Amino acid sequence: MSHKAHVPIGPYHPLQEEPEFYKLVVDGETVIDVDVRIGYNHRGIEKISESKNFDQSIFIVERICGICSSSHPIACVQAIEDIADIPVPERALYIRTINQELERIHSHLLWLGLAGHFLGYNTVFMWAWKYRELICDVMETVTGNRQNYAMLKVGGVRRDIEKEHVSYILSRLDELLPKLDMLKGAVLDDPVIHARLKGVGILTKEAAIDYATLGPVARASGVDIDVRRDHPYAAYDRVKWNVIIREEGDVFAKTVVRILEMYESASIIRQCLDKMPQGPIDSNPKDIPAGEGIGLAEAPRGECFHYIKSDGTNSPVRHKIRAPTYMNFPTFRETVIGQTISDATIILAGIDPCYCCTERMLIVDPKDKAIMNVEELIRLSQEKTARIKEKIGTK
Amino acid sequence: MNIDEALKNITDHFGSRILKVSRKSAKRAYMDIYPKDIVDVARYIFKDISFRFNIASAVDDFDGLEIIYHFSHDASGAVISVRALIKDKTDPHIDTITEVTRSAWWIEREIHELFGIEFDGNKDLRPLLLPDDWPAGVYPLRKNFVVPKRDSRRE
Repeated sequence: MSHKAHVPIGPYHPLQEEPEFYKLVVDGETVIDVDVRIGYNHRGIEKISESKNFDQSIFIVERICGICSSSHPIACVQAIEDIADIPVPERALYIRTINQELERIHSHLLWLGLAGHFLGYNTVFMWAWKYRELICDVMETVTGNRQNYAMLKVGGVRRDIEKEHVSYILSRLDELLPKLDMLKGAVLDDPVIHARLKGVGILTKEAAIDYATLGPVARASGVDIDVRRDHPYAAYDRVKWNVIIREEGDVFAKTVVRILEMYESASIIRQCLDKMPQGPIDSNPKDIPAGEGIGLAEAPRGECFHYIKSDGTNSPVRHKIRAPTYMNFPTFRETVIGQTISDATIILAGIDPCYCCTERMLIVDPKDKAIMNVEELIRLSQEKTARIKEKIGTK
Repeated sequence: MNIDEALKNITDHFGSRILKVSRKSAKRAYMDIYPKDIVDVARYIFKDISFRFNIASAVDDFDGLEIIYHFSHDASGAVISVRALIKDKTDPHIDTITEVTRSAWWIEREIHELFGIEFDGNKDLRPLLLPDDWPAGVYPLRKNFVVPKRDSRRE
């Protein structure tokens, strides 16, 4: 007699940017198979974009994701610029870089906070989200919005960074860095977090390449890729920074990569503010000719890919959008099989799908009767941390 | 390996099976092939010269359904897009490349449901984005699909 049980998670649950449905097959506590179903929040943006003009397309793609809301627009404008080799003024390139890196810091802090919460480290959650506000304030001051900055347009940017903003951004970074040190210490030097995350949900380098994973997920598995360095855009080839690589492929390595990347981002922003030349911020292109273009950008979660085909009218014939999580997601199947169900939450969180919606999660017994909800699943994860703490004698 | 060497390797290896190569810019190139050659070409580009599979994108064009497979080489920044035109719009078929890379798993499911292209050899073509009760034979990213107008007064 088989003791396999099916554990449906979703379609509404708190780990994902959009509703998704997981079916975990468990034997006792061990996950032996998993299936994923997405599309519950499919908005048909590719189809909508075909009926909009190029300026409106940028507006639409900015609303794909609320957390990385300048990554899709920058990939989109670069795809359009690629069609016709539209020049972008130097100052606009620096402003784009600053915008991208500020976004990366706040996105990684958001992830760190939620990862802390799922492990039962609510202090990390409170700290990370508190200090994320420093960056959101900067965004609000510079662009007028905490999210959906509307900074990008084909041929440049919409708003300049004023002189008084420069010192403001620098002062906020000065305030943030000691806090980052504190967070880094709290997370990376904690023996309990080591016990919970090390060796958990390992994605091998071979699998990472075969699944064509992107961003921090790939870099934590030893795949040396970063769009900012490999396919230089904005001003990334004009500043010095490092690509953070880890070989282990577990959730701990993904955490390390994201934490250290925030320091690189801060360094990129400082260099850009220092080097940014004066001049125009927009080349005011007029018509988009027929042709096709590809735009690549490194979002906080990995490469954003936009392909745009134009027939010379003012709207695209085809606008293909590929978000990074689309490639990282199927690896969940590789990483979660063989792990325990109390680790499934953090492995799933490890690929950093966005966590926007407040949703619910259910565990159902074979007769489809609900026996466990999201709070209980998070509690399972938090209890495991507590047991480890007891075992190794910290409070 | 830069893009010139990569293009030369591919054209040397496949000869006349590569119909056309067009350079878009210093690091971007497009390449036309017959749909029947896609598995061989994808395997060569992905396995032999170690490009990364970015994604595939389909287009409903006047003379057929076109799938473009985008590959990039991160060490040199090259992007090569391989174009296969399926002329038969009523019963379009192409071979799956999931044997070459598992990263094509989802995108083949997506193109299958949004454009109605059959990927021969792919056993998992269940709907990915559309609801389970979506009517058969209706493909929303085909140009003849008209988005139904919503009447707000009725809602």
